[in-house]
Amino acid sequence: MSSIPSESFAERFRVGIRIKVLILKTATEERLMYRGDFAFATLIRFLPIVTQLFLWRAIYGNNLTTNLNGYSFAGMVSYYLLVMLSRAFSSMPGLANGIAMSVRDGSIKKYLLQPIDLLDYLLWQRIAHKLVYYAVATGPFALVFWLCREYLPVWPGWEVMTAWVLSLLMGFAIGFLIESLIGLVSFWFLEVSSLIFIYMMMSYFLSGHMIPLEWIEEWIPWVNYLPFKYLAYFPAAVLLGKVPADTLWIELSIEFAWIVVLFITARVAFRHGVRRYGAFGG
Amino acid sequence: MPAIVVENLIRTYQVYRKREGLWASLRGLLHRDYKEVHAVNDVSFTIDEGEMVAFLGPNGAGKTTTLKLLSGLIVPTSGHASVLGHTPWEREDAYRRRFSLVTGQKEQLWWDLPAQESFRLHKEIYRVSNEDYKSRITELSEMLEVTDLLGQPVRELSLGQRMRMELIAALLHRPDVLFLDEPTIGLDVISQRRVQQFLRYYQKEQGITVILTSHYMKDVEALCERAVVINKGNVIHDGALSEIVDRFSQHKIIDLHLGPEEVAEGIERFGTILDSKFPIVRIQIQKQDVSAVLTQLLSEYTIEDISVAERPLEDVIAELFSADDDESSPDPNSPSQPV
Repeated sequence: MSSIPSESFAERFRVGIRIKVLILKTATEERLMYRGDFAFATLIRFLPIVTQLFLWRAIYGNNLTTNLNGYSFAGMVSYYLLVMLSRAFSSMPGLANGIAMSVRDGSIKKYLLQPIDLLDYLLWQRIAHKLVYYAVATGPFALVFWLCREYLPVWPGWEVMTAWVLSLLMGFAIGFLIESLIGLVSFWFLEVSSLIFIYMMMSYFLSGHMIPLEWIEEWIPWVNYLPFKYLAYFPAAVLLGKVPADTLWIELSIEFAWIVVLFITARVAFRHGVRRYGAFGG
Repeated sequence: MPAIVVENLIRTYQVYRKREGLWASLRGLLHRDYKEVHAVNDVSFTIDEGEMVAFLGPNGAGKTTTLKLLSGLIVPTSGHASVLGHTPWEREDAYRRRFSLVTGQKEQLWWDLPAQESFRLHKEIYRVSNEDYKSRITELSEMLEVTDLLGQPVRELSLGQRMRMELIAALLHRPDVLFLDEPTIGLDVISQRRVQQFLRYYQKEQGITVILTSHYMKDVEALCERAVVINKGNVIHDGALSEIVDRFSQHKIIDLHLGPEEVAEGIERFGTILDSKFPIVRIQIQKQDVSAVLTQLLSEYTIEDISVAERPLEDVIAELFSADDDESSPDPNSPSQPV
């Protein structure tokens, strides 16, 4: 009755795009249902930025021009603000937990029963969440940047700008894939909240969210070989001109390679996880 | 032509056996005992296209696990199944577009959005054409009497209304096979009847293949002619629903209407008195004693009216499963009858 005859690639592509757009639209509509909570949460997230800036101000004390491991106070403020911008792309609140919860309570069944792909679906849902977030957060972000304008560097050239935009987009992909993978672990261990906690702690430190990675490199030289730096440090470093021009595109290629590796790992984990799945919960 | 063929399906779960108490929990950190549970144990059956079959069995019998296997949610430990020519657990899109699973839980709808938003998404996912979509929504929502509610967020709907919306979502793409797992659980009598009437009409109209599990025998009796009875992962009966009473019930019910002068004394020696409000007496007797008891009753008492009936299916099923629980006779684990 409803079997589909063999379709051309173009037709499949067209239908695929239509589904993605509709997921995007539906998820956006859903997101906008909780407008009060959402607006509040977005604004609250700006408070730590302000306190962190005051903290750095206190650390530098009266010597704002002091160079701490390559960062003056102005350099630190721009680094921190740009890191927050990176995180606006790479942070995935509730993604791993959401997957784990849907495995626990059985609502993941929906994705297994319908002819859709879980990771694809979650990706488009997440893009919708991000778009709604940017719509609300752009104003406050612009305000903070404007207030700190005297600390910010001059605009870099188009090549660096392009690299920066690419690094932000790929940062989104890496954040999405790592958190999805953690969520998929729940096929093996039903409870992953400790794992999420460890990941949060590690990424806070190893992504350069807490302090610039140059400060950590001394004790942890291998920090540069991990994918975490792409979540916060790397895009900021690109825009601040800390990545030398001759290695910029090599670094971006390595980031892309990480995406490929994480994507394949997530696919394999999903395939094996589903086979282990007990479909509990009715 | 068979739509569903299941051969020697086995699904075993490893279940952690936690003993009672804190000490056992601490020991469980180091060493765990696992028990193998055979949720589905060598189940085989065939269902023809357009058939509507009931799965009956107590909680934990393996009905739902069988449905999960057939809808590709879980992979069997061993055995083979084919639904519409597909192996369900390979979860090909071509198969997933041709069946639906409806359970009594919230499954397919977006909780915070009106049902019509979810339906639109289903339309795209299942590739339903615009015209078909419009006519389907109108037809189904009218039949299920929820047209006015399509624009209301799902979380604001009552359980019965939500269930009907779930049915619309499940049927939008005209599945050829429908698995219904307790579709009327928790519904009030009116919603239950409406869903039941709808399913009966819809199944006849569309000629789809349906497997239904339900604890409400009213559902089952209204909808299915054939039943597969599963207990402890095994099929213990596969055949006409009416045969279940015949096969498993050891008793019959006799309704007596005594004459105005009669005294209902001594009737209890024939069987168990179920109800006695003079002049009506209802007794339950052993099946094989029917003719002897009738003869004796008619000769010893003045009787205005007498009738012999089967026990209600619900009672027989309940007895069947509770008898199995205490491992007492009659033995319902006799080999299943080939059909």
